[in-house]
Formats: sequence, C-alpha cells, structure tokens
Amino acid sequence: MKIIKKASAGTLESSDVLVTVQPADILKLELESPVLAQYGEQIEETVRTVLADLGVKTGLIMLQDQGALDCTIRARLETAVRRGAEQEV
Amino acid sequence: MWYELMKDKVLHSIADALRLTEVKDGMTLSFHHHLRNGDYVLNLVLAAAQKLGLKELTINASAIFDCHLPLLDLIRDGTVTGLECNYCGALVGKALSSGLLAKPVIFRSHGGRPADLARGSARIDVAFVAAPTADSQGNLSGKYGRSACGSLGYAFSDVQYAGRVVAVTDNLVPYPLADFSLSETDVDYVVEVERIGDPAGIVSGTTRVTRDPVGLLMADMAAEAIKASGLLRDGFSFQTGAGGASLAVAYAVEKIMLAEDIHGSFASGGITSKLVEMQHKGCFESLLDVQCFDLEAVRSLRENPAHREISASQYASPLAASAVVDSLDTVILGATEIDLDFNVNVHTNSQGLIMGGSGGHSDTAAGAKLAIIIAPLMRARLPLIVDRVQTISTPGQTIDLLVTQYGIAVNPLRPELADRLREAGLKVMSIAELKQLAERICGVPKALKNENRVIAEVLYRDGSVIDTIRQVD
Repeated sequence: MKIIKKASAGTLESSDVLVTVQPADILKLELESPVLAQYGEQIEETVRTVLADLGVKTGLIMLQDQGALDCTIRARLETAVRRGAEQEV
Repeated sequence: MWYELMKDKVLHSIADALRLTEVKDGMTLSFHHHLRNGDYVLNLVLAAAQKLGLKELTINASAIFDCHLPLLDLIRDGTVTGLECNYCGALVGKALSSGLLAKPVIFRSHGGRPADLARGSARIDVAFVAAPTADSQGNLSGKYGRSACGSLGYAFSDVQYAGRVVAVTDNLVPYPLADFSLSETDVDYVVEVERIGDPAGIVSGTTRVTRDPVGLLMADMAAEAIKASGLLRDGFSFQTGAGGASLAVAYAVEKIMLAEDIHGSFASGGITSKLVEMQHKGCFESLLDVQCFDLEAVRSLRENPAHREISASQYASPLAASAVVDSLDTVILGATEIDLDFNVNVHTNSQGLIMGGSGGHSDTAAGAKLAIIIAPLMRARLPLIVDRVQTISTPGQTIDLLVTQYGIAVNPLRPELADRLREAGLKVMSIAELKQLAERICGVPKALKNENRVIAEVLYRDGSVIDTIRQVD
C-alpha cells in the first residue's frame, strides 16, 4: 500500500491516538506520547508491524498518542493508512 | 485625644508588616491554603519581601497551588531558597522537579505539620494568615466577607507557634468580631489590602459528582465493601474527597444509610455540599471541618452549630492526645500508584514529576479503621499497580482495601476483612492478580530508573523521612 495523500484517524482524547500519515520518499516515524518512557519501544514495534503488514514502505507517520492501548493504535494507524492510500476502510 | 493612643494593630501595607515584625534574611514565613487556587496573599507577601531586598527566605505553606507560580521567579532570584509544604500543584511541582531549589523541598502531611511545629522540628518566624474577615485587633474568621473560605483549620498551628503573626484581610470590621476562629491574643498586626483572593478560585459553586461510569461503578463497589466490613452501622464516621470517584462514594454510602435508616456520628476533613446534605438528612450527627470545598459548605459552617471548624492538630496530629482521624471508621482515598505492598504514591506522576502531596492521606489512613484506595486499574495505558511506587506517600500497612473497576484487593494483613467481603459476594482478588490483569491489557511498562539528585524529602506524620523524590530532567 502506498500513501498518496495526507490523511488522519483518531482523536486527542485521553486513551486515544491521533495518527496522521502523508507521502514521503522514505519511511519516517514521529511519536509523541505521555507514556514514551514506559511504552515507547512497544508502540514503535506495533507501528512497524502494522506498516509491514499493510505493505507501507514510505511515508511520514505521525502519532500523537494520549496513552492508547495497543489495539487502538493498530486500528487508528490502519485506518489512517487506508485513507491516505485511498482504499476502502 | 488621650484615648486614641491605645494600641493600633492595623497597618496599611505588607511592607510595613515585614518591617515591624523584623523579617530578616534567612527567616521562615508561613502561609495556609484555604484560599486554594484563588490565593493572592502568598504572592503579595513575597513580592513585598523581594522589594525590600530580603533573601534566602524559607516558605512553609500548608499547600502550594498553581496560582503561586510567581514563587518560581522569587526562587530564581534568591528571595526564596527553601520550601516546606503538604501538597504542591503540578505546575509549580514540575519546576521544582527540574531542580530549581538547591535545598530539598520538605513535604509533610496535614497532621505531621502541626506536630513538627509543636515539637520544634519545624519553625515559623512570621505567619501570614489570609483572613476573609478581621477586626482591628486581629480576631479572624473565614466565614464572612467576599473572600469567605469557611474553615481556617490549617492556620491554627501557624498562629500558635509562629514568632509573630500578621493577618491579611480584605474585610476589616469594627472590634469585636464576635464569631472569630483565631483570636486577637496571638495576632500582632492586621494588614488591610484590596483583595486577598479571587473568589472563583477559592471555592467552587457546587462540587459535582462524576458521570464517568467507571467512577460510579467503583463508588458502588466501595460502598458495598464498607457495608460488608460491618462498620456501616449507627455511629458510623466517614471521610472522603471532593474529586471524581471519591465524591461518588458519598452518594453511594448515603443511599445505603437512608435505605437502612443508619445514623452516623460524623464526617470529617474537607467538607463538600454533599456531606452538608447528608448531615442535614440525618446521615451524620455532625461535620468536623478543617477546610471547606464549596460555597454550600461555607454557608453551613456559618449557620449550622453541628458543623464545627477544627484545627489541623485536632484533625490529624499524631502528637495530639487524640485527633479526629483516630475516631474515623472509614476514609476514601485516591492514588496515582499503589504497589504490591499497598504503599501509595500521591506525590509524583508517572514521569516522576511532583504533582501533589499527602495532605491528610497518610494521617487518615493511619487513623481510620478502614482505609480504602479507590482508583481505576489503568489511566491512559499506565497500570495503577506497580512493583514499587516511585514515591511512598502512605505506607502500605495503613491501607486496608484497593477498589478498582475490575475487583477489590484486600491487604493480606486483614484476612478477616477479605472473608467478610467474599461472603458479601464482592469480587475479591489479590493485588498481584489485579496487576497482571492490567498488564495483559496495557502491556508491561518499562521500569524507570532515576539516580539524579534528591530534590524533595517526604516526611511521614511521625517526622521520619519515609521517602525522597529525585530530579527529573
């Protein structure tokens, strides 16, 4: 899947995450999170797994995390990517 | 005229008060926090001290709120070099956590503070009392005036033990103010100022109960646990907070008390409109009030003889011959973290930044027969239960129950209590089981290591250092 336009999913409510994706030549992650110290590595691993599963090789992936659970991060990220790739969610 | 020569205590500026009480570099000034986040007095006094060029002052305040942010500049320029308090709001707390002060902040509890003043292990040179009403000789009350805050409970020990006492008021009335709380015998000067505080920050109009279904569920579970403990009978005494689920427990307890026609003895601590209403309905004989949380509580304290103002010593001092907390059946308390030994942290957040303090937490936990922590099992992914809390505010042996939305953990030191809860059909789990459950949902958080400089010491109510807080970069 290729990100061809800017898209987002999620909110800035507590326990949610706002994921924004946009086209780029390389794959780049930007992660903000109040639980970065405790869960930063786990969140990054989750993001990389979801992107690999969707076949996303390039794009700027921004997560404004508010302490979302893993399942939430996966769902929001997949939705944002599909919107950015103009695929049916 | 000859009779106009009688001693006049009224001054017209705080600078005059600082001069007349002979405040010098290195002295300790004290403040009380009944004006809460609307307090102007601490900032006014420190601004005057800075103008006079005073340096190296220590501030001993019963609590610091975010309205005291100007304090940070006075620390930066050396006017203030020491801080002692029972609670510190998150904005000031964050700056302190970054290592702003060279000397560690001293945290006490609401009962430990008057005890340390009585022992002499804490000293106050000059106490500044924010007085919503004062007469010209220094009889003081919090019940009247546009800045009325109700109880002045925490100021009693300051007035008793300080070298000199200055009242600061925006409602000066003719002598005598008959319904005084603090008397002229201990007050040296009265300063009249434009405003002592912002009424909007002093008390809220009404304290509202949470609508969060998780909070309401936990409140019902806590009330059922109190009932199952056997303590909820005639003579029952109770304390709870004003926030979220804590206040909701009052509603849940009220429901049981009215349905079963139970007449309690007292509710204590910070008083809210809900407790006023419960007293009015006959749930409690009286209210013992060290601090009012809303306007309805202020009105009740003024008008209802069964609603009594109490000093911090009477509330919670371990040195008092007896204190209210020693007669308390049940207290509902919060936690930012709790560990497998039931130690509770209410001082620091998940990043280790100062954002609170004991207040009466450890005092009521030690005194009450049943001390209940009520908190959601996780907040924004972070599990409540950890191997070891970052800061021990309240020792685990004084905590009896942890109520979460997934189940109740009973301190293993109270096996009989666990039996009673199980017999009542409540979902009792071990604290380790609850921890595992949270980690299955959230993932296991990486433990944070912090070996930075100690920037605060937490004193337990007996005056011993129970824990330290480290700098966070």
